[in-house]
Amino acid sequence: MDGFTALYVFMLAAFTGYEVISRVPVILHTPLMSGSNFVHGVVLVGAMIALGHANPEDPLQLAIGFFAVLLGAANAAGGYIVTERMLGMFKVGEKKKEGGAK
Amino acid sequence: MTSNWFVSMAYFVVAVVFIIGLKAMSSPVTARRGIVWAGFAMIAATVVTFFIPGLQNIGLMVLAIVIGGSAAWWSGKIVKMTDMPQMVAIYNGMGGGAAAGIAAIELIRGVEHSAMVSTLMVLGAIIGSVAFSGSCVAFAKLQGLMNKAIRLPQQNTINFFLTLFTFGLGLTIGYSDDPSLFGVFLFFVLALALGVVLVLPIGGADMPVVISLLNAFTGLAVGFKGFVLGIPALIVAGIVVGASGMLLTQLMAKAMNRPIRNIIFTPLTGAAAEGAEGPQGTMREVSAMDAASLMRFGGKVIIVPGYGMAVAGAQHKVWEMSKLLEEAGVEVKFAIHPVAGRMPGHMNVLLAEAGVPYDKIFDLDEINDEFAQADVALVIGANDVVNPVARTDKTSPIYGMPILNADMARDVIVIKRGRGAGYSGIENALFFKENCNMLYGSAQEAVAEITTQIKALG
Repeated sequence: MDGFTALYVFMLAAFTGYEVISRVPVILHTPLMSGSNFVHGVVLVGAMIALGHANPEDPLQLAIGFFAVLLGAANAAGGYIVTERMLGMFKVGEKKKEGGAK
Repeated sequence: MTSNWFVSMAYFVVAVVFIIGLKAMSSPVTARRGIVWAGFAMIAATVVTFFIPGLQNIGLMVLAIVIGGSAAWWSGKIVKMTDMPQMVAIYNGMGGGAAAGIAAIELIRGVEHSAMVSTLMVLGAIIGSVAFSGSCVAFAKLQGLMNKAIRLPQQNTINFFLTLFTFGLGLTIGYSDDPSLFGVFLFFVLALALGVVLVLPIGGADMPVVISLLNAFTGLAVGFKGFVLGIPALIVAGIVVGASGMLLTQLMAKAMNRPIRNIIFTPLTGAAAEGAEGPQGTMREVSAMDAASLMRFGGKVIIVPGYGMAVAGAQHKVWEMSKLLEEAGVEVKFAIHPVAGRMPGHMNVLLAEAGVPYDKIFDLDEINDEFAQADVALVIGANDVVNPVARTDKTSPIYGMPILNADMARDVIVIKRGRGAGYSGIENALFFKENCNMLYGSAQEAVAEITTQIKALG
């Protein structure tokens, strides 16, 4: 990707991020933080690619790559499960919620 | 890097689903659907990655995913709702660590990049490392492993030069074709140290904002790694999280009336609080029986739950007591401060867990005017968020923070473990007011006792 395309992608993604959560009620702040924490767990993909390109002869690269993938997987799995558990509590009374929250 | 059309297409879909998922998560009705969609997208992204041609070390990769994924899944499954904030912190730190690890491999391999990509890589490495070590400190603080805010002399100067030096060293090794291993090592040690010294001086009360900020940091680091590895899906997901995380951080900081700059550079410390003149007077104690009758024969009770209630696991008991009061014809409402608990919205989750319906829970703006008409404000394990000095005392570190006007109620009952100051270390003027009654004890036992007494009153 050349420099300017990258810059445009950056800019558009930043605006998207800002817009996506601009109207979130306070009660969802914590689950949403947790949810976005899960989304950046996609770093796992990057870590997998980095490990995939690491030199198999170099134990240092392999070790770092291994831990990067491990941490990335933990970020994704842990982020998912805590978010899902928190949001699971919003099942009951969803209807009431609509009118109750600003 | 991925010439494979199928993989690129899959990543594109994944990025779109992540955004839709996040959007869905910002409304209570669709929130659960949002995380499930995002979850499927994550699985798809992981599976598809194995199809990228030319990847080596597949066995090691699978092993790492299985260990990391299952350990985190298990820990996330068993953690108590009250401990959620530190879990979010630690998972976030892991993401930052992964981003830093990617940078480390790229640096050691000495892959040639353009100047812009090298700069982004160095930035991503620093931000990722800071998120990693900073989150570990935040976790330790919230978990109670580390209680004191440690402030180095000349903190801001140290931070400034450490940042400058780390970045300079990073650029040097980032631009060199064959960086020395020692240089790379030193760079990461410095970057990790930076995260520690940034978070160490920040008090526990400000931790939610810090976690949110570190979350945004990790997002940015992941986005920068996307530029380095040439994966647009990583860029989009990372930057979207980075931007929304920044906004979320601002919203939280606003709720606490503590500009982000102040939190990072001039943290609240016990020392600052001690400097201020403490409120004078005596605290009045009240028995559970008197507390019960005050509420039972009042027309309107507003409950202000705080983290103390959550820690004691008293939310179920509180809800049981409220139902009893309602049966007796008393109007009961819950007032939630934006930063009650350890993160905005944390208390809502905890009350929801106990089964309190949403229409009984009100936030600060909705309910603050009602305290004046309430007969009893029952404050359970909350402290700083009902401290009236935030309205009156300009010298107080929390001056200007929006608070719940519990002191305006006819009677205030405060359930509190002991006589100590609040999380921020500031004495609470409310406890010395004439309409305030203190009920010492753990929230769980105190509320159970009140419930028994209400039953006895019939």
